[in-house]
Amino acid sequence: MNIDSIKNGYVIDHIEAGKGMEIYELLNLNELDCQVAIITNAKSKKTGVKDIIKIDRNIDLDFDKLGFIDPGVTVNVVKDDKIIEKKKLSLPEKIVNVAKCKNPRCITSVERELDQIFILTDKEKNVYRCKYCEMSLK
Amino acid sequence: MKHLIDIKDLSVEEIDELIKVAKDIINHKKEYSHKCDDKTLATLFFEPSTRTRLSFEAAMLELGGRTLGFSEAASSSASKGESVSDTIRVVGCYSDIIAMRHPKEGAPLVASMKSTVPIINAGDGGHNHPTQTLTDLLTIDREKGRLDNLTIGLCGDLKFGRTVHSLITAMSRYKNIKLVLISPKELEIPEYVKKDIIEKNNMQYVETTDIEEYMGELDILYMTRVQKERFFNEEDYVRLKDYYILNREKLEKAKKDLSILHPLPRVNEISTDVDDDPRACYFKQALNGKYIRMALILKLLEIK
Repeated sequence: MNIDSIKNGYVIDHIEAGKGMEIYELLNLNELDCQVAIITNAKSKKTGVKDIIKIDRNIDLDFDKLGFIDPGVTVNVVKDDKIIEKKKLSLPEKIVNVAKCKNPRCITSVERELDQIFILTDKEKNVYRCKYCEMSLK
Repeated sequence: MKHLIDIKDLSVEEIDELIKVAKDIINHKKEYSHKCDDKTLATLFFEPSTRTRLSFEAAMLELGGRTLGFSEAASSSASKGESVSDTIRVVGCYSDIIAMRHPKEGAPLVASMKSTVPIINAGDGGHNHPTQTLTDLLTIDREKGRLDNLTIGLCGDLKFGRTVHSLITAMSRYKNIKLVLISPKELEIPEYVKKDIIEKNNMQYVETTDIEEYMGELDILYMTRVQKERFFNEEDYVRLKDYYILNREKLEKAKKDLSILHPLPRVNEISTDVDDDPRACYFKQALNGKYIRMALILKLLEIK
């Protein structure tokens, strides 16, 4: 299967197999009018299979959101057909409006205009807590 | 400008200073009676709590200040759908400091993000109640003369009991604190409190369903009420509300210098026959609540 290489943009590589569509939706890539390719179950030496997303434009990519969904991804920044940077992502310290607090007692359950903010409180166990009520995200 | 939203907002040194000021107020009441002559405290109680509200108002009045506010959401603009942020910005025009209780967790934090005057969290859902914790700390300090080297029994609703969570958080910063966690299985301490506070700070603890099992080892017994408003299911509340009833008989094995605390109001969890026992400290605790709130108001208003 051939997918065109991109001239200027991003290749989001090493996405955990099955998470490609989730990332596509959360980054609102459906709103772009440039070429976007999602490759699922691509062969991977490290993990057997992986997903890849190619975006043929230098958009303002939300690395925090991306790192939260899958901290194992690599983002290749492409300029004039060449990879000029490889970004290794990690869990962001804070995520805003990526996930919703499920605590029915949380103030965000009634005041919908508030930003949904989660803070990384335990890096080893990947625990995020709601900034307002401190309920764990998972 | 400083707010008090969570007991963790205060350092150990700041808590020590508040306790010191509260004790000074107790010993020199007249010297403090005009400290807040031109100041106004707003008590915004979106959820009724007569005791806490009156404690705040008494504290401000004894400092010479004024109070205004509301005692339930129905008599506030919240009933018209106004946001917490808007209410706070308006009330900030009429007051110098705000004590706020709200049924939704995190509401005082939201308020503090928009407020032009200091915010005191007077309780937010099952989350935090830092002035109750300050009250508890002042009471323990006055009864025991120390805040370290204590075995503390916490009994009742340890799941939704915010006073318990805040007290554990505060005590985790003092040396050699042992916790005895006494609750029915359904109301056990939440995992996050156990993992993130108790175990993270290497506090010693045991869990039991039997109030008498460790009675003889306790320096402090902190009783709590099972709160109806924390349950979505009435049947669960009815089944658990009278799980523990402390009476004279259960205190037979207790130390002579045990201090029994309760954030009040109590329902049935402490029998009235315990009230005359010299170890019962819960009414003294309510009085301490006023003094520590006086100290806190002075601190947040930066009045020496």
